[in-house]
Amino acid sequence: MGGEGTSDVPLLRIAGVAKAFPGVLALKGIDLELWAGEVLALLGENGAGKSTLIKILGGAHQPDEGTLELDGKPLEIIQPADSQAAGIAIIYQEFNLVPGLSARENIFLGQETTRAGFIVADEERRRVDELFERLGADIDPEVPCGELSVAEQQEVEIAKALSQNTRLIVMDEPTAALSPSEVERLLQVVGELKAQGIGVIYISHRLNEIFEIADRVMVLRDGERVGTRSIGEFTRDSMIEMMVGRSLDQEFPKVFAELGKERLAVNALSRGNRVRDVSFGIRSGEVLGLTGLVGAGRTETARLIFGADHPEGGTIELDGKRLQIRSPRDSVTAGICLLTEDRKAQGLVLGQSVRENFGLPNLPSFARLGFIDQKREAKALDVHVDKLRIKLTGPDQSAGTLSGGNQQKVVLAKWLERNAEVIIFDEPTRGIDVGAKYEIYQLINQLAAAGKAILMISSELPEVLGMSDRILVMHEGRLTGEITDVANATQADIMRLAVGTADMAA
Amino acid sequence: MKKFLHSKFVSEYGTLLVLLVLFAYYTVATWGVIHPVSSGAAREVAEKIISQKKDAWVVIVVRKGDDEQAFGKELKAQLEKAGGTVVQTITGAPSDASDALRELGELNKTVDYVAAPHEAAANGVLNPEQGKEGEHSLPGLARKHKSLANAKVIEPDSYEWSHFLTRTNVLKIANHISYTAIIAIGMTMVIITAGIDLSVGSLMAFAAVITAWMIQQWAGAAEATMAGLMLCCLGGMGLCGLFGTLSGVMVTTFRVPAFIVTLGVMMIARGLAHIISGTQPISVEAQGFDWLGSQSTIPGVPNPVTLMVLLFILAHILMTHTTLGRYIYAVGGNPEAARLSGVPVKRVLVFVYALCGLLAGLAGMINASLFSSGNPKFGEGEELQVIAAVVVGGTSLAGGEGRILGTLIGALIIAVIYSGMNQTGVGEHMQKVVFGLLILAAVLLDQLKKRGFKLRD
Repeated sequence: MGGEGTSDVPLLRIAGVAKAFPGVLALKGIDLELWAGEVLALLGENGAGKSTLIKILGGAHQPDEGTLELDGKPLEIIQPADSQAAGIAIIYQEFNLVPGLSARENIFLGQETTRAGFIVADEERRRVDELFERLGADIDPEVPCGELSVAEQQEVEIAKALSQNTRLIVMDEPTAALSPSEVERLLQVVGELKAQGIGVIYISHRLNEIFEIADRVMVLRDGERVGTRSIGEFTRDSMIEMMVGRSLDQEFPKVFAELGKERLAVNALSRGNRVRDVSFGIRSGEVLGLTGLVGAGRTETARLIFGADHPEGGTIELDGKRLQIRSPRDSVTAGICLLTEDRKAQGLVLGQSVRENFGLPNLPSFARLGFIDQKREAKALDVHVDKLRIKLTGPDQSAGTLSGGNQQKVVLAKWLERNAEVIIFDEPTRGIDVGAKYEIYQLINQLAAAGKAILMISSELPEVLGMSDRILVMHEGRLTGEITDVANATQADIMRLAVGTADMAA
Repeated sequence: MKKFLHSKFVSEYGTLLVLLVLFAYYTVATWGVIHPVSSGAAREVAEKIISQKKDAWVVIVVRKGDDEQAFGKELKAQLEKAGGTVVQTITGAPSDASDALRELGELNKTVDYVAAPHEAAANGVLNPEQGKEGEHSLPGLARKHKSLANAKVIEPDSYEWSHFLTRTNVLKIANHISYTAIIAIGMTMVIITAGIDLSVGSLMAFAAVITAWMIQQWAGAAEATMAGLMLCCLGGMGLCGLFGTLSGVMVTTFRVPAFIVTLGVMMIARGLAHIISGTQPISVEAQGFDWLGSQSTIPGVPNPVTLMVLLFILAHILMTHTTLGRYIYAVGGNPEAARLSGVPVKRVLVFVYALCGLLAGLAGMINASLFSSGNPKFGEGEELQVIAAVVVGGTSLAGGEGRILGTLIGALIIAVIYSGMNQTGVGEHMQKVVFGLLILAAVLLDQLKKRGFKLRD
């Protein structure tokens, strides 16, 4: 145990905490102990109750039953300020930073160091330097936070937490938006926190990270604690099994479909510095993996093919015919679809129902003279709900209330109904729990088997290696390599291509 | 109570509930004695007279004014149908009645009944106070002339009812709000796309003025044919639709915020209306021009009300059952997701602004028809009334949600409050305060609803 020797009382003890929402029992009698200097990973599918537990710690929800103890003393958290006062900091996926203020100003926001009402910048700067040193962060404290990278902003958040004498940090999916090298850096920071005796509750779907930094793992399923074990007692498979409650044959259920003739052909596609002279083809039944570091131009390439942005040069052909794509409307008509990385901002109209979202690209086929045949629409949706195993309370459930996996399936359903021939997945499993991931992989297999051409953009190298027939790697807007022998490729092979030839030469 | 607040009924029809409560409140607050002057009341009086004396000789006394004249005509027709004789219908002031009755006395014409509506009967001639029965009053004349000796004054039975909840008043309220509500249809769509249109009030004036001007210049002024009038009206509305289209193009193609674009159009249209009209109303004497604003094609229902109901039904169907309606909601809810789903976002936006302009033009036409003139001052501040109706109706200014029928209810709530306050004697300035509070309450209610009636979230 991480905190042995320091004390015989856990830093945080949660006993029998239960919370119900109308119609759902979100948490059923959860027990948890966290010791100082320990990293406890919290694992579970979406909807397992992780967020509810965090919100109770953060003061956004109050438990219906159960008690919290800090250092063995009862702790009552009624509002966020109580949580902060108790030394608990929660770092959400969405940061709470003011973009126009500098790192220093953000860190001391609301607790400025003042003398006679004036801010003593020097004193603050000295303390920021101290904090950044503790974290090993290399950030200019006077640069506005809006200009910092996601990873740097995260470090600012952590520094802000430390500045408030925080003893317990909860991190919710902290690596979701980070590049592989930034993830490494974050894990080092978590190691620093641990060494300084801070308790960390770490939530992530990425098992690799959990094996790297967690001391213990607690698994939640359907609001219940399935078990808490030290990391050494787990294997990848046993961890996944515990989470989903059933055994998965393997993490990536790749099926090799028969490859047909070339369907999509992209030629010399270009736009500014982000996409430079990109050419490739995808065959019927093929899953083409496209990877690279964040900012390498993968998403930009997909957006050009889909017509979301205008290319400055290059051609796109589908089944040998050249396409004139001026807007997504044209590409949708041609049979190309894009499942965006950010489902909430770009994939779904969250305030509308699942049925309405599903119908959006398909209305021309459901409507006669502009009048929507809503029965036909609902019937078509039913077919996909069954086939994709989408969990809904009904077709009129608001899309914003679905879990990430189900949202992804709804987006997929709307394109499948549209009979898309070329399907572009941009980070298809980001923010999706392990069980739903597996289902998405199976769907990708089915689509390939049906003769569709699939472009799968992903930063998760195991996923790219596990699911692709062929892999393309981008670096600074250019294709820097192609891996055809996927079975014998390694993550290191991809990384070498992803960091670019220039770096290799150096 | 909590369960009730969370129920679907409240979230969908909460505003309807408010409207009903207001109706009930003003119905009670304006409760009082009603003295009917309707044709029904006339029939009732006729029956009463005939039941007392089959071949009664009757004098009818009414004052000037459409209601009482109609009462007199109906009473006369009913009496004669039943076998009575109407000696004379006296129209005018109490002194006229006195003079006419004296003449009848002098001519020795027998009068059994003097029938009059309550207001016409309540004076010193027909119903003098005790001890003041002078020689000009009916009792005085009866003493002098034998033929009048048995004359009895009879008036319709009064009863207790609300002054607010009468057919006439309710139709008046609906008529009064009709053009605001019609513009609010377009405004609801614009606001659902997360936009705003400030130009509607000015476009009303512009449409009215340009139409009146065209009728004077091109369609032959007072001799204008129906076809000519139609063309001019369509032209006026069409120009407003063009203004709306222009706003839509500015908003989509040049990405100028809708607030700024429509503020500009608002000033341009108002300015043009004043320039074209030379700041004076242009009157339209052409026959038939008043059809839209002041006639009733369906008996008893003013045309603007019929038009309003019709347009709301069409708009409701558009928003709930058509592709275009679905697109409007999607564009407001998440324009990027809509675009990436193949929705023609720009065309949808241009459409809603064009429609809003067109409906503002139609509202201008209704006003011009009602006042038989194109006045450059039409619709001043109307945009705020319209936006208020939309907001009170539950449409969120953030876009993506809202209901057309909610807007109709919102408009009616505003109209009912105004009318009710007028009838209960609330002053003009106080009305403004109440109106402002209403808007704040509507927005507050919307926010509370969103977070499930918790004050802290």
